[in-house]
Amino acid sequence: MLVSISILVFLIFFATPGVDPAARIAGRNADQLTLQQVRATFDLDKPIHIRYVSMMKHLFIDRDLTSYVNRGAEVWPQLTQAIPATLSLVFGAALIWLVLGLALGITAAGMRKSWVDPAIGIIGIIGVSLPVYWLGEVVNLITQGRLHATLFRWVPPLGYVPFTESPGGWFLALLFPWLTLSLLYAGIYIRVVRSEIVGLMQEDYIKTERAKGAGEKRILIKHASRMSLITVVSLFGLDFGALVGGSALLTEVVFGIQGVGRLTFTALQNFDLPLIMATVMYAAFFIVIANAVVDLVYAWIDPRVRRG
Amino acid sequence: MTTHEPAFNLSSESPGKIALRTLVRDRRSWVASTMLVIVVALTLFAPLYASLVSKTDPFVSTINGTVVLDGVEVQVLQQSTEGLKIGVNPIGPTWKIGPYFLGADNQGRDVAARLLYGGTNTLLIGFSAAALTLIVATLVGVIAGYSGKIIDSVISRILDVIWAFPVYLLSISLSVVLLTSGFKWGPLSLEAGSLYLPIFIIGLVYVPYVARPIRGQVLALREREFVKAAIGGGAKNSTIIFREILPNVIPSVLVFIPLMVSLAMLTESALSFLSIGVQAPDASWGTIIKDGLGLLYTRPIVALAPGLFIAFTAVSLNLLGDAVRDALDPKARLRGAF
Repeated sequence: MLVSISILVFLIFFATPGVDPAARIAGRNADQLTLQQVRATFDLDKPIHIRYVSMMKHLFIDRDLTSYVNRGAEVWPQLTQAIPATLSLVFGAALIWLVLGLALGITAAGMRKSWVDPAIGIIGIIGVSLPVYWLGEVVNLITQGRLHATLFRWVPPLGYVPFTESPGGWFLALLFPWLTLSLLYAGIYIRVVRSEIVGLMQEDYIKTERAKGAGEKRILIKHASRMSLITVVSLFGLDFGALVGGSALLTEVVFGIQGVGRLTFTALQNFDLPLIMATVMYAAFFIVIANAVVDLVYAWIDPRVRRG
Repeated sequence: MTTHEPAFNLSSESPGKIALRTLVRDRRSWVASTMLVIVVALTLFAPLYASLVSKTDPFVSTINGTVVLDGVEVQVLQQSTEGLKIGVNPIGPTWKIGPYFLGADNQGRDVAARLLYGGTNTLLIGFSAAALTLIVATLVGVIAGYSGKIIDSVISRILDVIWAFPVYLLSISLSVVLLTSGFKWGPLSLEAGSLYLPIFIIGLVYVPYVARPIRGQVLALREREFVKAAIGGGAKNSTIIFREILPNVIPSVLVFIPLMVSLAMLTESALSFLSIGVQAPDASWGTIIKDGLGLLYTRPIVALAPGLFIAFTAVSLNLLGDAVRDALDPKARLRGAF
C-alpha cells in the first residue's frame, strides 16, 4: 500500500501529461539553457524509474534527502519539527469530537419522539455544512478582533506554543483551533452514531434483549451504542489518519500553526518534490497504522470478531 | 373512488412512485428545495444585479475610483485613518440597495455583485463535479462489480489506493500540478486556469467514495435470482446491465447526488481559498473569502458573507440528502415507522 501511494504521488508530479517539472522549478520565463541546467541538477534527464528508486533510497535508507528549493536543507528535520504541532491539534480535536459525537448521537437516538432529536439533527447538519477555514476566520475575528482587548484578553496571538515550553500556553493557543476543527467532525459523528443506533435497534439481538425484559435505557447504552462503536471506530481510523497526515492543513493555515499540513502545502506550492514525497509518505504511514489499530479495537468491541 | 378504502393498500404502485410521494410529503425536502431555489435564483441574477443595481464591473479593479453616495462623492478606497495610517480602507457596506451594498473589496470591486457571480461558479463547479463523480463512479462500479475476476481486482486495487489518499491532499496535489500548465492527454485538453480544471479534479477525487459502494451492490445483485434468470435466459450482457442491474443501482446513486454536490462545493471553495481553485479574475465564494482575509478586522463582511452563503447552500443540500435517503431506502422508512 505504502509503495503504491508513493508511486502514485511520483507519477502525479513527474508524469502528468503536459506538465514539465523542470519548467515548474526553473520558473515561468526560463530559457532553454536554464531548463537544461535544472534537469541536470535534479536528475530530471534520467529515466523515471531510476529517479524514483534513488529518491526512495535517499528518503528512507540514507535519510539525507534534501529539498529542491532550499538547496541543502534536509527534509527529515523539517518534518519532525512539524509533527508535534499537528499531533497536538488533532489529538485535542479528536477528543472533543468523539465525546460530543457519541454523547449527542446517543441522546438523539434515545429521544427520537421528543424535540431533542431534530434539534440535535440540526446541530449535526450545520456542523457538516460549515467550511472549516471560514469558521476559523470567524473565530479569529471574534477572539482576535475588537473583543480581544476586553473579553478575550486571555487568548494568545495566533501560532503554536510547544508543550515543553509552556503547558498552559500550549493549551490556550490550541483551544480555539481544537474547537473549530472538532465542530465539523462532531457533526459527522453525531449523524453517523444516531443513524447507526436507530438501525441497530431493529436487530434480532435487541429484540431478544427486549423480550427478556431489559429496560430501554440499558438496551440503548449497553447493546446498541456498543455495536455502533464498530462503525465509529472504522470512521475514526480513517479521519484521524487523514488529519494527522496533513488534512488539517486548512485549520493550520487559518490559525498559523506550523504543522505537517502547512508544510505539505508550502512544499506543493514551491514544487519541492522531495519534501512532498516525505510528507505524503508520512501521511500514508499514519493512515496504514490507524487502520491496523482499528482492526485491533474491533476485536475488543465486538466479541464475534474475537471468535471468528 | 366512491367505495370505502381497503384496510390494506394493495395497489401495485412502483417503488419510484412511493419514494416520490414520501419525498413530497417530507417537510425537509420542501424547506431544502426552497433554500436551494433561492440561492440558485440569486446567483442567476448576477449579471442583472451588476448592470442594474451595483452599476460597476465586478471584475475590474477601481482603485482610484469614486462613487456618489447620498449625494456626496467619496473615494472607493480611502486612506486608512487608524494606527499607522498605512494601507487603504475600502468602502464599507451601505446597506442600501445600490452600489456597494456590501461594500468594496481591497481592489474597489463591488462585493455583493462578486458574491453573486462567485456563487454561479461555485454552484456550477459543485453540480458539474458531482455529476462527473456519479457518472464515472457508476460506470466504474458497475463494470468492476459485473465483470468480476481480473478487471474487478485491478479496478478495486486502484480505488483502494486513491481511497487511502486523503481527499484534500490529492485534490491539492493535482491542482498545484495542473493549475499553471493545464492538462493535455490525447483529445482531452483542459486549459490552465479554466473552470473545467477544478471540476475535473474534484470530480475525479471523489470517485472511489461512490464507486466502492456501487461495486459492492452490483456484486450482490449478480447473485440475485432475477439476474441469474436473465443470464440463464441467454440475455446479452448489455441487456442485463441496462435492464436488470442499473435500475437497481439508480436509487443509491440518487441518494449520493445532494451529498456529492455539497462535498464538491465545499472542496471547491477550500481549493479556491488556498488560491488553487478558481483563478482571477473569475470569482467563487472561496476566492472572495480569501480576498476578505486581509480585510478581516476592518471590513469583516467581505469574508463573512460568502461563508454564510456556502453554509446556507450546504445545509439545504444535506437536508435534501437526508430526505431523499429516507424516501429511497425502505429500511430507513421502516426506521421511521418504528
